[in-house]
Amino acid sequence: MNAGDERPRRDIGATGPLRTLLRRGDPYIWFTGSALGISLLLIGGLIAVVLINGLGFFWPGPLVRVTLKDESQWTGEMMRREPIPKPGTPEHLKHHRIQLKVGNRDLLGYDFKWIDESEITARDEPRDLVYVERREYGALIGTPALLTVDGAEKAREMKRIWPELKSLIERARSDRALVRKIEKDRIGAINRRIERARLRERRLDLAAQRQPERDFSAERAEIARLRERSQEEYRRAQAELEEVVRRAAGASVTFATTSGGDKELRTLDIYRVYAANRLSFFGRLRIYGARLWSFIVDDPRESNTEGGVFPAIFGTVMMVMLMSLLAVPFGVVAALYLREYAKQGSLVRLVRIAVNNLAGVPSIVFGVFGLGFFVYMIGGTIDQVFFAEALPTPTFGTGGILWASLTLGLLTVPVVIVAAEEALAAVPQSMREASYACGATKFQTIWKVVLPAALPGILTGLILAMARGAGEVAPLMITGVVKIAPDLPLDGDFPFLHIERKFMHLGFHIYDVGFQSPNVEAAKPMVYTTTILLLIIVLLLNMTAIVVRNRLRRKYKTSAF
Amino acid sequence: MNMIETNTARHDPGIRIRTEVRSFEAASGTAVPPVKTSIDLKQVNLSYGDNQVLFDVSMKIGERMVTALIGPSGCGKSTLLRCLNRMNDLIDNTEIKGSIKVGDRNIYAADTDVIEVRRRIGMVFQKSNPFPKSIYENVVYGLRIAGITDKATLDEACERSLKSAALWDEVKDRLSESGLSLSGGQQQRLCIARAIAVEPEIVLMDEPCSALDPIATLKIEELIYDLKKHYTIVIVTHNLQQAARVSDRTAFFWLGRLVEYGNTPEVFTKPKEKLTEDYITGRFG
Repeated sequence: MNAGDERPRRDIGATGPLRTLLRRGDPYIWFTGSALGISLLLIGGLIAVVLINGLGFFWPGPLVRVTLKDESQWTGEMMRREPIPKPGTPEHLKHHRIQLKVGNRDLLGYDFKWIDESEITARDEPRDLVYVERREYGALIGTPALLTVDGAEKAREMKRIWPELKSLIERARSDRALVRKIEKDRIGAINRRIERARLRERRLDLAAQRQPERDFSAERAEIARLRERSQEEYRRAQAELEEVVRRAAGASVTFATTSGGDKELRTLDIYRVYAANRLSFFGRLRIYGARLWSFIVDDPRESNTEGGVFPAIFGTVMMVMLMSLLAVPFGVVAALYLREYAKQGSLVRLVRIAVNNLAGVPSIVFGVFGLGFFVYMIGGTIDQVFFAEALPTPTFGTGGILWASLTLGLLTVPVVIVAAEEALAAVPQSMREASYACGATKFQTIWKVVLPAALPGILTGLILAMARGAGEVAPLMITGVVKIAPDLPLDGDFPFLHIERKFMHLGFHIYDVGFQSPNVEAAKPMVYTTTILLLIIVLLLNMTAIVVRNRLRRKYKTSAF
Repeated sequence: MNMIETNTARHDPGIRIRTEVRSFEAASGTAVPPVKTSIDLKQVNLSYGDNQVLFDVSMKIGERMVTALIGPSGCGKSTLLRCLNRMNDLIDNTEIKGSIKVGDRNIYAADTDVIEVRRRIGMVFQKSNPFPKSIYENVVYGLRIAGITDKATLDEACERSLKSAALWDEVKDRLSESGLSLSGGQQQRLCIARAIAVEPEIVLMDEPCSALDPIATLKIEELIYDLKKHYTIVIVTHNLQQAARVSDRTAFFWLGRLVEYGNTPEVFTKPKEKLTEDYITGRFG
């Protein structure tokens, strides 16, 4: 019946190489190892793609001039070279084309141009070609032809203009700073005063409706005086501004381009100029560093496709901090009750399951809830009670960094609760008993022994919450993030912290630049660079928390042996 | 008497001499003076849910002497010890009947302030459990939570307690270091210092030496001998030699019942119960 019955029992040690292998478990090690390897490869690949595409963005490549068969000339920065797809024909992928960043959008209407290599008759890199970063219309690529100061000709041709240009651009930088200072600080403050006067007047109107018998004429006269004075100041500041601009705008450079005649530019509008084909390696490196730096510290220009992302960095960091400030204490207190005070039973178990599952609710649902509850209900009520004079313009009844942080806090609080609960549970019972045996109450035991010992674990919760919160975009889009925020939520204007203001966020910035931009081709590398920045910020925030946690761990390690 | 010495010699020759001295004292009767009752247990029954752990335990524990609770694992001696300062309150579903009087107050009366009870009855645990704080903060913890903030008082209490716990000379120069930086034996003495810093009347010790090496154990035993001048000490131990060495009275528990209770030399040399004799001669347990 069974062949095995006839044969002598096999020795257990000799069951064939495959059996032995399976029993030793080697394939399982390969299996688990390769699973880890694949995950690492995917993550590493993602980061590599982001890094390669993002870090090259600021590198000043050489500028080429190509002459085509039809005698037309094009200048620009080489972006890439690829085979031309012509499916079904023998030429498929046989010939190549190059993409030039030709700039000069104001003259051409586009920034990039594909050119078939077969069309090109000549290609060179003229030393006089310069790359100009300017206030409007993206880059300008051309040759300096004429420098005029206050209408009078100062110099002609590259070799005479170039030495002058450097100091002029340096001056333009300080002029711009001055203009910005007048516009933002002085005129901004005056505007805020005028707005406050308007709101005061409106408040008087509302009060007058309620108490028709009272006489408000004294207040009204004072407001009128205030307004008169502010308007006088405004006129003075405006005149000063015009004077500065007039003086600064005197110098201008005319560039000769291959793409449609000459272009005159005020030096005031020029941010940076470099002769790409004259740069040494270190010169390029310097330009690269300068561009990277201004990307981090400057405000965005040209609907976010140029300039920096500083407001977005600031908004992200501030939002994450506000969120942590709201979510962590709340989560820890909730975990304390769940773990230390609540009677452990089926209800607590149910709550625990619910909390764990809350982390799986799509973030946009939290966003909608935040919009309905925080913005409309709470914010709307605050407006009606405290800011009635500003209505119908909402103050708190619209998206803002406070509401966005609260919404994200809500989103991340389950993570904090779960981590904090685990940390509390991990504090040894013997430690609590020691405290009780000294005559401590439950509250004293929790406050003086359990919480300090659980702090490292709670910080783990903070780290997880920050990582989750910093990358979240969807709920922010409806609770306070905007494409361009005119003011930071923290500035020198009383009361300094403006939690009702809208803000910019790197995550949203990525989406906005990548998918909402009018100039996708130009913006694409910025998407990668912004991603790198966001990753670095999350990393830095986490590293800070990890360092703090490790320090606490050393302090509160629970046993010496 | 003879039996104890042989046992000791077999297990740990280093402690033999001391055992003989202590045994001599106990045998000569000087260690058992006329006694005032410190803790009076009457008909104590305790159960965890459906599982009854203590049955009708009645005993009087004398003041300023060492009472050892011995018995095989699971006999309820640790549970009884934890009844004495209401540590069992921390365990859900604990039901206790009977009365435990400390002084003239039943600590299980409805109007008892549990915190006050625990302040008057300190406890040292099986595994040393210093807080992850400095040595100084460990010792004054009980005072701080009692609301004492005066630096001089705290300093004085810290020094006095550490001296009483025979640890002062070893740690006086590093009071700000973590309590966890000490060795196991030192940690246990730190815990004793912490327990006596609040000046309790009674100190409960739950197998205080079970995680220590013989040298550290010897130090703790010497300390217990000194402490009984000021404190009533109840000690749970698995180590029969230790019970014989340090205690004045010994109570033998078996399956949740108090089998025999008397002066230590008598319990060890002339036990009245067959069960006790079997246990201390190593026939079971």
